[in-house]
Amino acid sequence: MNPYASVTQLRSGLDNGDFSADELAHFYLDRIDAAEDLNCFITVDAEGVLAAAKRADKAIADKRIGPLTGIPIAHKDIFCTRGLLTSCASRMLNNFVAPYDATVVDRLKRAGAITIGKTNMDEFAMGSSNETSFYGPVKNPWDRECVPGGSSGGSAAAVAAGLAAACTGSDTGGSIRQPASFCGVTGLKPTYGRVSRYGMIAFASSLDQGGPLARSASDAGTLLNAMEGYDPNDSTSAIADPTDIFSSSRALKIGIPSQYWNDLSPSLTKVLEEARRTLESLGHRAVPVELPHTNAATAVYYVIAGAEASTNLSRYDGIRYGHRAASPENLEDLYQFSRSEGFGSEVKRRILTGTYALSVGYYDAYYLKAQQIRRLIRQDFLDAFGEADIILTPVSPSTAFKREALIEDPISMYQQDIYTTPASLAGLPALSLPCGVSDQMPVGMQFIGPHFGESLLLTLGREYQSETDWHALHPADNHD
Amino acid sequence: MTEWEAVIGLEVHVQLATRSKIFSRAATTFGEYPNSNANAVDIALPGVLPVLNEEAVRMAIKFGLAIDAEIASSCRFDRKNYFYPDLPKGYQISQLDQPIVGRGTLPISFGDGSIREIGITRAHLEEDAGKSIHTAYDGLTGIDLNRAGTPLLEIVSEPELYSAAEAAAYFRELHGLVTTLEICDGNLNEGSMRCDANISIRPKGAVILGERTEIKNVNSFRFVERALNYEIDRQIAVLESGGKVVLETRLYDSERDETRSMRSKESSDDYRYFPDPDLLPVEIPDELIESVRVTMPELPTAKRNRYIHELGLTDYEAGRLIEDPLGARYFDAVAELSVDAKLAANWILGDVAAALNRDEISFVNVPIAPDQLGTLLNRIQDETITGKIAKSIFELLWTKGGSVDGIIESQGLRQLDNTRELEGVVSQIISDFPDQVGQFREGKEKILGFFVGQVMKATNGKANPKQVNEILRRELRA
Repeated sequence: MNPYASVTQLRSGLDNGDFSADELAHFYLDRIDAAEDLNCFITVDAEGVLAAAKRADKAIADKRIGPLTGIPIAHKDIFCTRGLLTSCASRMLNNFVAPYDATVVDRLKRAGAITIGKTNMDEFAMGSSNETSFYGPVKNPWDRECVPGGSSGGSAAAVAAGLAAACTGSDTGGSIRQPASFCGVTGLKPTYGRVSRYGMIAFASSLDQGGPLARSASDAGTLLNAMEGYDPNDSTSAIADPTDIFSSSRALKIGIPSQYWNDLSPSLTKVLEEARRTLESLGHRAVPVELPHTNAATAVYYVIAGAEASTNLSRYDGIRYGHRAASPENLEDLYQFSRSEGFGSEVKRRILTGTYALSVGYYDAYYLKAQQIRRLIRQDFLDAFGEADIILTPVSPSTAFKREALIEDPISMYQQDIYTTPASLAGLPALSLPCGVSDQMPVGMQFIGPHFGESLLLTLGREYQSETDWHALHPADNHD
Repeated sequence: MTEWEAVIGLEVHVQLATRSKIFSRAATTFGEYPNSNANAVDIALPGVLPVLNEEAVRMAIKFGLAIDAEIASSCRFDRKNYFYPDLPKGYQISQLDQPIVGRGTLPISFGDGSIREIGITRAHLEEDAGKSIHTAYDGLTGIDLNRAGTPLLEIVSEPELYSAAEAAAYFRELHGLVTTLEICDGNLNEGSMRCDANISIRPKGAVILGERTEIKNVNSFRFVERALNYEIDRQIAVLESGGKVVLETRLYDSERDETRSMRSKESSDDYRYFPDPDLLPVEIPDELIESVRVTMPELPTAKRNRYIHELGLTDYEAGRLIEDPLGARYFDAVAELSVDAKLAANWILGDVAAALNRDEISFVNVPIAPDQLGTLLNRIQDETITGKIAKSIFELLWTKGGSVDGIIESQGLRQLDNTRELEGVVSQIISDFPDQVGQFREGKEKILGFFVGQVMKATNGKANPKQVNEILRRELRA
């Protein structure tokens, strides 16, 4: 069996009887065991997987086949999964077994997918390196000294290392796209509102969006089709046409924003230029666009995301569930000790800065100002989409960096998100896909599309990937 | 001596009578087993999201229309952040600066018959908190989240009430209004309406307001009046002894009939309000407002005017009737059967009210349907039965049920108005009581009542009193 087979290949293998869902499940479980040092998983539900695989084999035999029947996928540990630990990689939720399935989990189950486990991540999705997890860092399968990116680092590394067919992730300021880029996989952050947030533990409500990490744009589209759609449980979810990854391709105007390209390192510029030429060779045309407020995006992002996080995380008070400090003397102690012990330092930093940004006397200068600039950033994109159909940018200023290189320097760490936060602030869909290597590490590029333009992005991605093989590269299997 | 004037504004929290909570599908029923009405959203599990209950929006609009207020074409919800064990999310979803209902007015009729329009600053939607229970477990606090997420409409008045009695009258009027609108069940003892009062005093005639205190959570008409009277006296005493009123929150202790300082507002909390990103702004199209408008019942003020000017009731009768919206509705149903309105009012405020009182029930379960009471009163009017017989039929209807006409027929209660028959009874009585006849003829007219009584006794109360009077006078003079 090929651990790097696409969802499409696995589908036909299962349907043709080349292998059973049970065999496939055992295959991936064994690989997960063997790759334990990567620390991709917080929970592996071997028993549940095998039971689900048996049901899938029955369904296949009965010709009740959904698009993902029998396909093992993993969920980022930010999604609530009924009966399974849902920790958000935090000590705070180290004991939280969710009593319900997130809408995304439920929909993927209905499409037939088997939940093989829950992937590691930055605590409460706060981090760009997967080093803030209570369960320890995830290693990049391309170079175990390097980070896999974050916060969906476990998901990206699991796909890259062939430990699951695909994974879910969540993206608030780049948390799907940057790890996809660092691990050489394809990740999509959908338009805000396309995928229900119900059951996806909130970090920053106005930015959070669930999405797929997969081996290709095509696989990402298959997962997205199962995940997307209006959900009455999420007031911010949208009614939109389903994504069509086979939408007819046409000659596109590809916007090249100087603000994203000018300061790029020579080695990444070389890779990105090559990708641009490939796209041009497919009949598309590069056009310059301007996104003048780009340089404010990261600051704006950290004010807004922090503000929202500071109140979203207030529910973790040690009263009803989650970590509670031992023998508090009074209510004040109960709150203070439970939260001091339960949250890691990056989470505390965000809560503190966010609380500050919302406080009387600072609200106007920080939160309100950030919202005003957010509108300008959004308007930049709307203007640019008057000139171009999609926008092509790098995903990250660098390839995967070494562990502990930035963790003590939050500002530098935050700067990692410079190319991903603007689309988040504007609520736009953005696809991260491999487009080359630099010093033997994967490099990703980003397609940013207009609102609900996923079909455009994924179709272009599929077209690019049919012309190139960057997405098919995988790290050496160190236990083969 | 300075003459003082109190200036009072009320914030009334009205629990809306929606079936489910404002942001979750859990039921809002009162008195259930602790936490049985709290679902994943109410206990704020990780990952859950609020979804606005449209019924709560409709109810708020209904209130806005009733006070002739501007309904926001778009409003939004904000998070009010603070930690408390019975506040599961660590914030309350409320409306800070874009309330659904803007400025309106509520006309209040005071005891002396005067009417004044009290300004309502705004009314906004928010969610109720749960309850902390300190008594059930030794040394521990229990948390009951059944109430968490119950929709509240917070109605804020202008500081335009100038005595404790006026404040109580306003609270009472508001109670009548929200129950008439059927947006609140009005059960004060279940906390369906809770009142916070802001009060300051100033020398009469002064323009500048004095320093105020806020009295929290006073939940009955009587306690509002008593708490405010206590607080007015306290503030006057402070000022007259040369002291200063301190801006603070005070709690009313009804057992001791006093207010006590709860916390100073100096160290006021920073609630870090900001727009709740989980909820989109609420757009309120005109069509929605119009669809609510057509469901508007007759409002208390209009009702009062109609009772007085169209039906000829007194101020007092009209006031008593509209005090209880269900009573007023009962009256309307009775009066609709072309019954004399005055007669209907007399009976409802008299016999019906007394019987309800006696049996300790309310108009919700009044045992006589309005059409039966209407028929009964019509039978008095058309002289089928006497008023006296009517009272006994009323008792029968109340205790045993049945139909008025059925009882009249089966028990032969029809008024006796056959002249010849009555003449026979009268002449028998005249011959039975010669002494009394003599007294009458000597000019003691009052004794006529005695003869009427005798005739009624002889006819089991069925005799037509008018006819009896006529025949008696004629026969006695003969």
